[in-house]
Amino acid sequence: MLKQIEGSRATAEAIALCRPEVICAYPITPQTHIVEGLGEMVKSGELEGCEFINVESEFAALSVAIGASATGARTYTATSSQGLLFMAEAVYNAAGLGLPIVMTIGNRAIGAPINIWNDHSDSMSMRDAGWIQLFAETNQEALDLHIQAFKLAEELSCPVMVCMDGFILTHAYDRVDMPSQADVDAFLPPFEPRQVLDPADPVTIGAMVGPEAFTEVRYLAHHKQLRALSLIPQLSSDFAARFGRASGGLVRPYRTADAETIVVALGSVIGTVKEVVDEMRGEGVAIGCVSICSFRPFPLAALREVLERAQRVVVLEKCLAVGLGGIVSDGVRKALSGIMLKGYTVIAGLGGRAITRESLRQLFLDAAEDELEQVTFLDLNADIVANELERETQQRRSGPTAEAILRRLGTVASGIG
Amino acid sequence: MTTPTEPTDRPTQRQPVKFYQTGTFTIGNRLLPENVRSVQADMRRTNSLNSGHRACQGCGEALGARYAIDAAMQATGNQLIAVNATGCLEVFSTPYPETSWQIPWIHSLFGNAAAVASGVAAALRVKGRREARVVAQGGDGGTTDIGFGCLSGMFERNDDVLYICYDNEAYMNTGVQRSSATPPAARTATTPAMGAHPGNEFGTGKNVPLIAMAHRIPYVATASVANLRDLEQKVTTAMEIHGARYIHIHVPCPLGWGSAPADTIRLARLAVESGLFPLYEARDGHVTSRTQIRRQVPVDEYLKLQKRFAHLFGNAAGAESVALVQSMADRNIAEFGLLAEDAAHE
Amino acid sequence: MSGAEMLSVAAFLEGRYAQAFPSFGSERMGAPVMAFCRIDDREIRLREPVLAPDALIIQDPTLLHQVDLFSGLAQGGYVLINSTRSFAELGLSDLMRGAWRSHMCTVPATELALKHVRRPLPNAALLGGFAAISGQIKIQSVAAAIREKFGRAVAEANVAAAEEAYALVRTTKETADA
Repeated sequence: MLKQIEGSRATAEAIALCRPEVICAYPITPQTHIVEGLGEMVKSGELEGCEFINVESEFAALSVAIGASATGARTYTATSSQGLLFMAEAVYNAAGLGLPIVMTIGNRAIGAPINIWNDHSDSMSMRDAGWIQLFAETNQEALDLHIQAFKLAEELSCPVMVCMDGFILTHAYDRVDMPSQADVDAFLPPFEPRQVLDPADPVTIGAMVGPEAFTEVRYLAHHKQLRALSLIPQLSSDFAARFGRASGGLVRPYRTADAETIVVALGSVIGTVKEVVDEMRGEGVAIGCVSICSFRPFPLAALREVLERAQRVVVLEKCLAVGLGGIVSDGVRKALSGIMLKGYTVIAGLGGRAITRESLRQLFLDAAEDELEQVTFLDLNADIVANELERETQQRRSGPTAEAILRRLGTVASGIG
Repeated sequence: MTTPTEPTDRPTQRQPVKFYQTGTFTIGNRLLPENVRSVQADMRRTNSLNSGHRACQGCGEALGARYAIDAAMQATGNQLIAVNATGCLEVFSTPYPETSWQIPWIHSLFGNAAAVASGVAAALRVKGRREARVVAQGGDGGTTDIGFGCLSGMFERNDDVLYICYDNEAYMNTGVQRSSATPPAARTATTPAMGAHPGNEFGTGKNVPLIAMAHRIPYVATASVANLRDLEQKVTTAMEIHGARYIHIHVPCPLGWGSAPADTIRLARLAVESGLFPLYEARDGHVTSRTQIRRQVPVDEYLKLQKRFAHLFGNAAGAESVALVQSMADRNIAEFGLLAEDAAHE
Repeated sequence: MSGAEMLSVAAFLEGRYAQAFPSFGSERMGAPVMAFCRIDDREIRLREPVLAPDALIIQDPTLLHQVDLFSGLAQGGYVLINSTRSFAELGLSDLMRGAWRSHMCTVPATELALKHVRRPLPNAALLGGFAAISGQIKIQSVAAAIREKFGRAVAEANVAAAEEAYALVRTTKETADA
């Protein structure tokens, strides 16, 4: 059924359709609306057979989820940014134990400096924890991915993170097609755990493993994600068959067949990229783009197939490997092993800075002329940077950097950029 | 507002002494009526923590856990799930590729046992499994320090979890480091016996049973491996109650305390009889019963059997510290009403 | 729900695509807040803030001379300001000069809200006014959106405010066009 609702609400309704049994909630901007929506549905009776628990921290949230999932309940939680870091130990633990928890990440920058707006640094911080990471392009895809996520998680016994851009998706009202309960039930059967705490059949979960077996256990976790590389496209196609639309999968190419320049990106920014691609194609520039939906497992083969005939690749990242440059770029480079083409990393949108059509257009034109640096920070204010560096050379006690820069910028009413 | 430790009734005569033959294999409680025999003496005990684990000789925690979990199993008709924090118990009971546990058991992390247990309880609830219950266990480190936030959260929500803390008064598994349960003056690897204030500082530390009572949860109790019947009884009582429950068990550690393995139960008894470890129960934030001290012993008798207090003896400063410890014991006795009015003092 | 969100619902009810989102500023009470809405007949892929608006609805005229609200406004763009005063009285005569006079209007939305809803919440009235000044959305759709989001009594009060605003702005526009 078509609806015009907030992205968070759409996500909450989709999760409710998946018949979750335990939901734990701790507030953090910008995911809070999701768990609030679910809490309301449980309290009103709209969502039955579900325990909604208000926990005392994100670490508690995922820990409660671990206990519930290990006892055979379909379990869900959500977080962002600092919250994801606060539960980091449990994130690795859940993956290591093979528990099929589904968690939404309302993508938000990680401090310091504290920042509530969107970028991908949070999800990226946990990229090697063993969770499957799926990125949504639109609110429709966000809700669709959650439905696919439960199925994927339970089939593999592996936790799944569904990542949606904070504010840009979570707080946007969009048209979405909400599936029916019957269709979701047909797609997603009840949870049948691989391991479960059951007095009738006792097992020990979480034993210590020494050098003689640790490598094998870790290899199996890696192998599981490699299996996901075939399972994810399969699920996407099953989903399309039942629900009538494309969503999920490993990568989604757009006008890449004869492209000389291909832009790679994750999440909602790809929408703006497509607009610019269309505009430039109209002017005869051979440009295309591809979005990575499955970031973990990283789709090396699928990406290589899309990119290998291009002359250059521009990786547009909402995250930063401090001291190195790009994070997504690393994976892309690996996918292109042995192939000679030009690769550019563009760091954009950090801390919620808007990525505009205009800036992208100029960027892509520069790329097409190979007039880009290896690593570019899009729309970087070079004056501010120069001033701050100068200030720091003048005195040892130069004070907090963020404060100094903000003072220089003056009052910023809406921070559009 | 009354403090939670104010006793509501003071006994006016000496508590009658009962003689038990408890938990011995040779007699097997046959001198007692069936209904008061210990769980451990029963051939049908579940041996939830089975033999073959790697605990040290004389480990108080292994002893306490064995009694506690079997009692919980009996009380629930063998419908128990255990959640364990990282620590000695977890490590010695599950050395790969073996496990000593004959019950469903999960180890997640160091600081989240209470939260994981809350999750297990929620799943059982949502699935309508009313008969299955959950116990969380951890050492003092995992309970009073790193697990404190999750513990308080579980208490505050009144989740249906019995949390058992095995308190050997330091981070033993990692090599005897100080925790907020470490008693004043005790030597640990991070509170060495040197300098102006050798051992752990006075005026620090956390009393988690009192904190549990401040949450007004349905049941809080302290117990000791010196009185294993009492321990079993408290676990049984706890399992009759639904909601958040907490039992804090004093478990000597020969390795960490520098005591003889054969002295474990004796030390636990001395801690109780000196007043340093009061045994009591509390409901909804009020003390409802306490175990009387039969014969008060001075704290020296307890301290001198442990190398971790060796630096307190044979010098003036140490004697002052011992006097301070004695005053702490005296204060417990007064606050909890542990001595009958006419009891003789040494 | 903000005015932008309600507008997006009204557009949705007309079978169009719409996207409403807050400006990416702090969500503090009392801070200047902007919200955006895009309406199109095909799926909206663009995710940048609205930098070149076709229309501006100004809920709080005290911001007029503090922030440059008009930057990027398209030629012939619609401007609707919540005020009992005229454009001239607000010091905005410059804007009103030229062929696009009939695209700009003030409407006493807060007063209308107080009159019908007894709360100073001008969103519904502003949308009614916007329907009139721009013709981009039907007043019936605005009413339907209001009814979707509010309980019966409150909805009808808001609809009344919207319809009165619509009528007011219609009259003003007809005068300006004449």
